[in-house]
Amino acid sequence: MGKTLAEKILSEHADKEVKAGELVIVKVDVCLTQDGTGPLAVRQLQKLNMEKAANPDRTVLFLDHASPSPRRELSNDHMLLREFARKTGAQLSDIGDGVCHQVIFENYLNPGDVLIGADSHTCTGGAMCAFSTGMGSTDVAVGIALGKTWMKIPETFKIVVKGKFQKGVFSKDLILHIIGTIGADGATYKALEFCGETIENMPINERMTLSNMAVEAGAKAGLIASDDITKEFLISRGRGEKFREIKPDPDAEYEKELEFDVTNLEPTVSFPHTVDNTKPISQIKSVKIHQAYIGTCTNGRLEDLEIAAKILKGKKRHPDTRLIVVPASREIYKKALQKGILEILNDAGASINNPGCGPCVGVHQGVLGNGEACISSQNRNFKGRMGNPEGFIYLASPATVAASAIKGEIADPREFL
Amino acid sequence: MILKGKTWKFGDDISTDHIAPGRYFHLRSNLPELAKHVLEDADPEFAQKMNKGDFVVGGNNFGLGSSREHAPTIIKLAGVSAVLAKSFARIFFRNSINVGLPVIVCDTDKIDAGDELEVDLQKGTVYNKTKNITLTFPPLPKAMTNILNDGGLVAHLQKHGDFVID
Repeated sequence: MGKTLAEKILSEHADKEVKAGELVIVKVDVCLTQDGTGPLAVRQLQKLNMEKAANPDRTVLFLDHASPSPRRELSNDHMLLREFARKTGAQLSDIGDGVCHQVIFENYLNPGDVLIGADSHTCTGGAMCAFSTGMGSTDVAVGIALGKTWMKIPETFKIVVKGKFQKGVFSKDLILHIIGTIGADGATYKALEFCGETIENMPINERMTLSNMAVEAGAKAGLIASDDITKEFLISRGRGEKFREIKPDPDAEYEKELEFDVTNLEPTVSFPHTVDNTKPISQIKSVKIHQAYIGTCTNGRLEDLEIAAKILKGKKRHPDTRLIVVPASREIYKKALQKGILEILNDAGASINNPGCGPCVGVHQGVLGNGEACISSQNRNFKGRMGNPEGFIYLASPATVAASAIKGEIADPREFL
Repeated sequence: MILKGKTWKFGDDISTDHIAPGRYFHLRSNLPELAKHVLEDADPEFAQKMNKGDFVVGGNNFGLGSSREHAPTIIKLAGVSAVLAKSFARIFFRNSINVGLPVIVCDTDKIDAGDELEVDLQKGTVYNKTKNITLTFPPLPKAMTNILNDGGLVAHLQKHGDFVID
């Protein structure tokens, strides 16, 4: 019987042929932690007397969630992580370098890798055709020290996507629509495989947005076959030789097959407080917005800032709506600077912050006030997510966020394009 | 071992932000302090009201969201003896086993707030003393039972030096 992408990659790492449902030990190629989960991982390794990294060149400690540190407790956590990197030779991605999932994709991850990360959105790496999944601090700590982990081979849902997006509609709208359809627990424990003509023609940045949000349907991974688009990306990052074409077998077994046609898909918005609470823009009436946020591992890439700049060029944010922009990495920040994108956004009244997670995790850089509403290009709108359980978070594409920042209420970006 | 305690009932989709809110990010290296805020955004007084040994009982998709292991860690640290739900999010479930917190999948519609429960992890039964009914739950995969019985992943590795999954 043929193999899914998950079965293919995990068979290589288990040194035997594996099928969905089996429990196996797999070799781990890349590990990541961030400043919210890394300190606990380091302490667990200290407890185990295993302060070492099996692959220091591909173990990366990120300081991105509370970056730069807003409090002394977090400054001390940062010190602990810097010290661990120094001791073990692991890589340190310090403040201002960017969000872990973006930087790991830009600089470390290759097709066919297994990546475990102490951050739930580690599934972003699925767009590289790497088996990338989020785990807790202790699991990742042990993966760092031993270079392996145990896991159950997941069953796979095949998500076939057809059609061409309308202008102003993006993969973010598609993934919100998919999660709205299957539910926030619709794919718990499963791997998703995104395929079909729409995915084959999709640029890498938009693929990353799809894979990034796989976990919002409960999935363990969100995989996309590697192809010429993956290859071009790797060449652009100086890693062309790391390219491998990996495709599922034609007779692979899927637990479910779902089909989506994006031809008539509208800009889509998730309402508070769950990601699957979605509405097409045509059904949304005057929702006042106090804060608009463009950034994060979901949608803080160059193309996201570019579309926002296209919409905001020569315009101003609504006087009652503040606009926050956070490029996902130092690399993106530099390119956006060179292309004049940051200047346009600055002129439109945006507060442009350093690369990192920004206000998405509720630590700093844009905590909501009581009763305030934020529209964000991030991936999660749970109660309390942006630092205040009395706040309301709406999720949308960067284009919809930019249009809403101009109007002061949730707005259709197609009016501006 | 039989776990005994009272039920604290929660609904569907209790996220890691309900359990360990992001505004307490700076307390993640101070777990006893963070535990004072456990489940605060689902029930602001939960930490003050509960007693050691009590059960947290949820609906569908308990623990969805972030990978923060601090969420099951502070539930355990607060003295909760087990979490029962109709279903769990994947990372939360695995983290719970790794920190030694029993997580049980059963029909929680048959459990109400305040019900007295007796849970037998070996037999796979939840006896609802208040309603005089017994619910059953399936055993964990062997790899997880091994870790849970050793008291979590750190203790498991201290004992065996490697994963024991068979």
